[in-house]
Amino acid sequence: MDQHPKAHAAAAAGFLADQQRADWHDETLWFVRSKRDKAAQQLPEWEALRTQASAIKEHTLSRLEQYLTGFEEKALANGVQVHWAADAAEHNRIVHSILAKHHVRKLVKSKSMLTEECHLNPYLQQQGIEVVDTDLGERIVQLNQEPPSHIVLPAIHLKKEQVGEIFHQHLGTAAGASDPQYLTAAAREHLRQKFLAADAAITGVNFAIAENGAFVVCTNEGNADLGAHLAKLHIACMGIEKLIPRMEHLGVFLRLLARSATGQPITTYSSHFREPGPGQELHIVIVDNGRSTQLGREDFRNSLKCIRCGACLNTCPVYRRSGGHSYHNAIAGPIGSILAPNLDMRKNADLPFASTLCGSCSDVCPVKIDIHTQLYKWRQVLSKEGYGPAAKKLGMKMMAAVLAKPDRFALSGAVARKFLGWFPKLAVNGKLNPWGRQRELPKVPEQSFREWYRTHYNPKKTNS
Amino acid sequence: MRVALFVPCYVDQFYPRVAIATLRLLENLGLDVSFPEKQTCCGQPMANGGYEHYTQGCNTNFIAAFSGYDHIVCPSGSCALHVKDHLHDPKQEATASAIRERVYELCEFLTDVVKVQSLPASFPAKVALHQGCHGHRGLRLAASSEQVLPFYSKPLQLLQMVEGLELVPLSRPDECCGFGGTFCVTEEAVSSAMGLSRVKDYVDHQATVLTGTDMSCLMHQEGLIRRKQLDITVMHIAELLAAPLPETV
Ligand code: SF4
Repeated sequence: MDQHPKAHAAAAAGFLADQQRADWHDETLWFVRSKRDKAAQQLPEWEALRTQASAIKEHTLSRLEQYLTGFEEKALANGVQVHWAADAAEHNRIVHSILAKHHVRKLVKSKSMLTEECHLNPYLQQQGIEVVDTDLGERIVQLNQEPPSHIVLPAIHLKKEQVGEIFHQHLGTAAGASDPQYLTAAAREHLRQKFLAADAAITGVNFAIAENGAFVVCTNEGNADLGAHLAKLHIACMGIEKLIPRMEHLGVFLRLLARSATGQPITTYSSHFREPGPGQELHIVIVDNGRSTQLGREDFRNSLKCIRCGACLNTCPVYRRSGGHSYHNAIAGPIGSILAPNLDMRKNADLPFASTLCGSCSDVCPVKIDIHTQLYKWRQVLSKEGYGPAAKKLGMKMMAAVLAKPDRFALSGAVARKFLGWFPKLAVNGKLNPWGRQRELPKVPEQSFREWYRTHYNPKKTNS
Repeated sequence: MRVALFVPCYVDQFYPRVAIATLRLLENLGLDVSFPEKQTCCGQPMANGGYEHYTQGCNTNFIAAFSGYDHIVCPSGSCALHVKDHLHDPKQEATASAIRERVYELCEFLTDVVKVQSLPASFPAKVALHQGCHGHRGLRLAASSEQVLPFYSKPLQLLQMVEGLELVPLSRPDECCGFGGTFCVTEEAVSSAMGLSRVKDYVDHQATVLTGTDMSCLMHQEGLIRRKQLDITVMHIAELLAAPLPETV
């Protein structure tokens, strides 16, 4: 595709240029997927759990409005202040207005892909507020001034030597140090000061429970807890799709989430929030930002079932070899490639094509989203709406014309085979032919099958 | 039982030996096989490229070529899946639907319809099996490693009937090779990197032959293997199941 300045294919080629790092990226994520496989295999009821989770989400999405208003009612009754944001800009304005009212200068944030999607950090920083991401991986990419490259493992594209260099520059650790234990200790010390100095904490929401207005935040580092309990003000930002109807449904998702994400039986912390602590304020910002549009697109509404476990990224052979930044969207990988065109078709028209449609994502997804089928469907929508390159459209049209008629096909096939035979390796395998950069072309046979069938085979059997 | 041979367009043009092996294999099992010469292409390249709306001509032609057979057998999981999922014609939907239900990938046809118990095949070699994703996860030719289901594999079941054939275990038994239709050129870098990982897996496990259910995946990997001048021969699964084929081919 040629709509984006750095489309996926080009960015991925850049990532692959450092082959050692690319191999390491692939192997590390494959290791995570293998851990996930082992964890899943330990539950004989795994497939039933997936079916159940998918059905709960299906049901919730079919009455989302009812559950959202139910949730709001309960949350208000619990003393929580509820806000609604139609889009990213409104979300950011709301968060800022709450912070401004409390004269917040410094805040800590725990990992939230929604705030990434809304570009909250740069917005708040422009207003003179210090925002510190407290998830270790998030903090690393934040110091390095880049977005996360993975929804669960934000700094997975960086090797420990690079992290050492980043810490050396920003936290004053010893030059050349790359021992993870040493670096983690330094980060912990640094973050502790930030936690203590913060006036407010922002967290994401993994699951919001309609029946009681509570919500759950899952982390492995306890940073959401620490932030929310130390600060006087806690703002939780959630997309409208985070709802589940009842507490009893939570167990289904908690069992699937961590296993799918990292192969752990459960996240280290699954923190429940229901009402503000003594002397504290608790706000929830409920964000649409294109989700209701996606809900209305029948072919793509299933994507709203996503619980952001990252399993589809880890399993995706394209993601593993192209790195998260090549997807130029807050959410990378297969699921990101479905969500992104909903936000901006022009900018993200390349992403549904950044897949071989191998289907591994759909099989790994704990809520059974038909990911690869949706990628296929996005391709149809985008091409029909004119977001494909003109040359490709013309080529496809010509190909369709040839393939619709047997005689044209037989003739053009013969031409193609001769062409390949005549053209020496240099011409066809040159730089301009992407096939030939690393691959040989097939050897050209003397006859096509249909020619052989006519000449060598019992011609009476020919059915034409 | 009238069986129609559905030969993918690129197999017709570049790998006639695969279609010949398929034909011989089916005939040796006593089946009445025809090759409808009106066939061209199932339309998958356009559809996967986002232009399914240009494929009506292909669909109409496909329906004309393949109507009236009991079974339609294709030595490609990918093409069979495309027909199964996307063959439509508003003017003759009933016929289209009959064809969709009668399309089989070669291995599933042999295991599920013909219920082959043994084959007179012999091919003594160390063989790696690449399972093309569309057949594997799309047609469910085998259990996929992501799911928690009892293991089965139709291609494997058949390869085990070939005398002397030794299947090597792979580190990533069902990872995509990166072919992906037009993906192999639009995303050349990722596609080649994926293919090279697959090839490394075969080399690491000392395979001398690479086989699979889809010649397109194999064509891509063969291209990488030949460029690297590796000592691995690439053959479609039909060629192994029909081996040894008569010399006249
Ligand atoms: S789409 Fe499925 S696998 Fe991917 S992140 Fe969401 S829940 Fe996990």
